[in-house]
Amino acid sequence: MNYKADQKGYYGVFGGAYIPEMLYPNVEELRQNYLKIMAEPSFQKEFQELLKDYVGRPSPLYFAKRLSEKYTTKIYLKREDLNHTGAHKINNTIGQILMAKRLGKSRIIAETGAGQHGVATATVCALMGLECIVYMGEIDIARQAPNVARMKMLGATVVPALSGSRTLKDATNEAIRDWINNPVDTYYIIGSVVGPHPYPDMVARFQAIISEEIKWQLKEKEGRENPDVIIACVGGGSNAAGAYYHYLNNDEVQLIAVEAAGLGIDSGESAATSVLGKEGIIHGSKTLLMQTEDGQITEPYSISAGLDYPGVGPLHAHLHATKRAEFVSVTDAEAMKAGLELCELEGIIPAIESAHALAVFEKQTFKPNEVIVLNLSGRGDKDLNTYIDYFKL
Amino acid sequence: MNRINQKLQEDKKLLSIYFTAGYPKLDDTASIIQHLEKSGVDLIEIGLPFSDPLADGPTIQASSTQALKNGITTEKLFEQLKDIRQTVSIPLIIMGYFNPMLQYGVEAFCKKCQENGIDGLIIPDLPVDVYHEKYKAIFEKYGLINVLLITPQTSDERIDFIDAISNGFIYMVSSASVTGSQSGFGTVQTDYFKRIADMNLTNPQIVGFGISNNETFTQATKHTKGAIIGSAFIKHLTANGIDTIDKFVKNILA
Ligand SMILES: Cc1ncc(COP(=O)(O)O)c(C=O)c1O
Repeated sequence: MNYKADQKGYYGVFGGAYIPEMLYPNVEELRQNYLKIMAEPSFQKEFQELLKDYVGRPSPLYFAKRLSEKYTTKIYLKREDLNHTGAHKINNTIGQILMAKRLGKSRIIAETGAGQHGVATATVCALMGLECIVYMGEIDIARQAPNVARMKMLGATVVPALSGSRTLKDATNEAIRDWINNPVDTYYIIGSVVGPHPYPDMVARFQAIISEEIKWQLKEKEGRENPDVIIACVGGGSNAAGAYYHYLNNDEVQLIAVEAAGLGIDSGESAATSVLGKEGIIHGSKTLLMQTEDGQITEPYSISAGLDYPGVGPLHAHLHATKRAEFVSVTDAEAMKAGLELCELEGIIPAIESAHALAVFEKQTFKPNEVIVLNLSGRGDKDLNTYIDYFKL
Repeated sequence: MNRINQKLQEDKKLLSIYFTAGYPKLDDTASIIQHLEKSGVDLIEIGLPFSDPLADGPTIQASSTQALKNGITTEKLFEQLKDIRQTVSIPLIIMGYFNPMLQYGVEAFCKKCQENGIDGLIIPDLPVDVYHEKYKAIFEKYGLINVLLITPQTSDERIDFIDAISNGFIYMVSSASVTGSQSGFGTVQTDYFKRIADMNLTNPQIVGFGISNNETFTQATKHTKGAIIGSAFIKHLTANGIDTIDKFVKNILA
């Protein structure tokens, strides 16, 4: 089975570039150049150096002893939470800012949900001295206030998305509109493996550093490159894509993708796209998405702003359709409990997105000698207000 | 002959008006069409509302949101159009995003269009190559003209391709923008209109985006076959309802 995007950006039946003609020149310029640019030795050198010295990579692969004892299996945490700016998002923004520079762009736009991608974009724009505009849903601005402040300190302009559900989907619409209005000087840094081809493929390649490191780190610790299971949460799917990337064609490695069930799959307040979604088109990509019978995109819900998206990337739609990955949904309550448990057992406060992945251990049992790698996509600092409210801390 | 092609043969500059189906009120669709025809409009674009209209600015987006709240659906729009050909003969084009059509079933959608007197479609997020490879034959089977877009950034080579696979008119987006974003044209736009006119394409061009009054209509049609007004008309409907449509149109054509 092939899990890489084809020439036109399809993963099986999913993907492609369903974009208005106004975006065609921009997207085509990127499509024609991204692989060439990424293959340039000077690009790779700059990318790798920044990942090492600026982001702090490699991120540790940490054996979580007490968590493993509790669930009687072997759990390693891939510590993306220890990256500069606190999540995996920066791997992608470093890659894309270098891409933007090589394409001669001077103005950067981005969408953000939890604010992690917005912060990661504002950070690399500061680093490169480029103008930065971040679109963020009005609701997310309220629930992720610390990240809004961080973006402002980093010199970005944060523009509220006031339409629709006023969350990530709408911020993405606004960013796309901005790109349509500014077709020459502007580069759009998408924050996940979503959007028109070549974004899903490009972002997956930048995040692939996660599984590249897991391979040699696990070899050092366990004497083998392959874990039995990899677990990651899926909003758009970028941290999962990075954690799976080098294992996609290796059927011995079981992949578990964790979606946000919100208040419950049947509650009407959910973001579990693989269960509630159907094939359709969102943000320029044919994929699974939550929609009405009439093809109107529905408003998702999750306590976690980073998972509050009505679609998944086309790679994940394909992994779901082919059953290469197993999709699990986790409610707000299950995720919050698992988040607190990691604090108590390992002294790590996880992002609520990552806490969804951790909740799998309560739902599935693994064998004592199985090696599980869980991608801890981010740290929980940005979520303190949500934790405080939820647990009445 | 398709009503759009017939209209394009008339020796005059054409005015096309866009409105959102189900707005301001759910059942205004048919009477807006009748008013527009009576006022001397040449072509009508009926917007099929979408929750996430990427190529539209705030005005059309807000009207779509309201129309959806009013209860418009794809099926409902077809019901509203059921008897429209008993009262009007003006060319009718549905403009909508691809996902609602995909969910309806592209072939079922095209069939319904034909049954209800629709002459053409404009689907901004159905890319030219996908249309060409997968859907052109279906559109043609049901006698529908697919109107394709070009922008100031579209290369000559691509314009030639778009011209080759079009069989009605080319929708010329006046500047790189979403709908409703600008007022008035500068030399950049007029140069662009002229450049395209000089390409002597097979299909006539009709300009859209940024046309709001007599002045911009005249400028836009100097080198082209016609112009499309959308956001300005929606604003008129929002402010005045549907009773003074003829006044709006008279002002444009004055
Ligand atoms: C820490 C963290 N994990 C996960 C996600 C979800 O995104 P993705 O599925 O692209 O990894 C986000 C998004 O904001 C995030 O901040």
